[in-house]
Amino acid sequence: MVSVATPSTNTLPTTDFDPYDEAVLLDPYPHYETLRELGPVVYLERYGAYALSRHDEVRAVLADAETYCSGAGVGLANFFKEKPWRKPSIILEADPPFHARTRKVVARVLSPASISRLKSIFESEANSLVDKILAMGDFDAARDFSEAYPLKVFADAVGLPAEGRENLLPYGDMVFNGFGPINERFSTRLSETTNSIEWISQVCRRENLAPDGLGADLYKAADAGEITHEEAEMLVRTLLSAGLDTTVFTLCNAMLSFAENPNQYALLRENPNLARQAMEEVIRYEPTFHSFYRTTTRPVEIAGVKIDENQKICVIIGSANRDPRRWEKPEEFDINRKVTGHLGFGTGIHGCAGQMMARLEGEILLGAFARKVKSIRLTGEPVRHLNNTVRGFESMPARVVAQ
Amino acid sequence: MTQVTYIQPDGSETKVDVPAGMSLMQGAILNDVPGIVAECGGSAMCATCHVYLDPSCADLVPPLAEVEIDMLESAASERKETSRLSCQLVASDELDAVTVHIPLSQN
Repeated sequence: MVSVATPSTNTLPTTDFDPYDEAVLLDPYPHYETLRELGPVVYLERYGAYALSRHDEVRAVLADAETYCSGAGVGLANFFKEKPWRKPSIILEADPPFHARTRKVVARVLSPASISRLKSIFESEANSLVDKILAMGDFDAARDFSEAYPLKVFADAVGLPAEGRENLLPYGDMVFNGFGPINERFSTRLSETTNSIEWISQVCRRENLAPDGLGADLYKAADAGEITHEEAEMLVRTLLSAGLDTTVFTLCNAMLSFAENPNQYALLRENPNLARQAMEEVIRYEPTFHSFYRTTTRPVEIAGVKIDENQKICVIIGSANRDPRRWEKPEEFDINRKVTGHLGFGTGIHGCAGQMMARLEGEILLGAFARKVKSIRLTGEPVRHLNNTVRGFESMPARVVAQ
Repeated sequence: MTQVTYIQPDGSETKVDVPAGMSLMQGAILNDVPGIVAECGGSAMCATCHVYLDPSCADLVPPLAEVEIDMLESAASERKETSRLSCQLVASDELDAVTVHIPLSQN
């Protein structure tokens, strides 16, 4: 086995770029441009990992789960060499053939056919929430809107109790920090999350879940023998870690994108049926997920660069979505763009299992917003939430005016 | 390379040369063939790249994969014996030509 992560060819550019530096988290795009121009593969000397920042290479790696595995962890830590900070996920960090069993169950529970039953309740909650912020006029587009909606509708859909939901976002924040290095940002969050972890482990138990929710559906799959009951409990926890912060931040990013691009909001307001494709462009233009890792299962060559077995590769989807080799005017937010093929949800067998749920929430909330809101503008500087992997906001002071 | 014939519900045809390794879904998207939405971009998560494989081609492509069997439950148009997800059908040098029919609706 190859033990040292040294670059194996002279043509490989090395860089001291730090994807987790505060300045990068605040505004990664100029850094991504530099990285893309440096080469299709670069070596992050600070972390002893390779990095891909162009669309084609990122896509190819995500599409080949046998060569670029997730079982060594999707964060910087290599579980084949060091002890994981938590038990690896039985879906996200599982490889074929074991992955297919859990993925099949989760994919079914979150499939369009399964979640279509939620549409009417999602719509009525969306209308109520938009009415509420219109009554406020001045509101926090992060807390009052983007957090409020998934914490209500997604948590209800899973079947969680109404009390204690304030534990959900800190828990997800901690998990997504763990997709990067085990740095101070992660450690601080982990130490602050003790109570949230306890609450989460309680609500994932079958007796604490509503009998008709998505969480209960996972236990029914266990009753049917497809997975074990212990696995069902772990997968409910996966729904909670993966399904809240991500959607919250995506909605924040939508609010910011439209507040900063009033011409695009005008297009959406004229035709609210564009809401679904507009959300898709939000996720391309201002993706929530920025980077995570794969690990080579054999010696490989990417764009002429040889990489040994058992090496960590950082896939920067936030950069791939802005790669001018793939997208025309990638820095422009254009809701009429043909956006199919963006990598904001990843792709391949580990592509986001909740992506159709995210689309449903996003389309319905943004559609309701566009039907009722004449204009949105920022009234103060938005405050970014800093996380190793996902980008969103703590607060976003804004003003809306009714139609 | 595979020559793919996409037939619309109204009978109109588009022929596209799809390079080996590329899916029939990607071939349609890149060439503006209408009726393939492919929201998820090829992860077999959305069932919006549903097609009907022409019966004459049934033996030319691999049988239904398990992910297709499950995801076709979510297809917007009628599911038939010939239903496939075009993101899971891949062009190759061994496959000269294949014909698929686009359903009435994808979502």
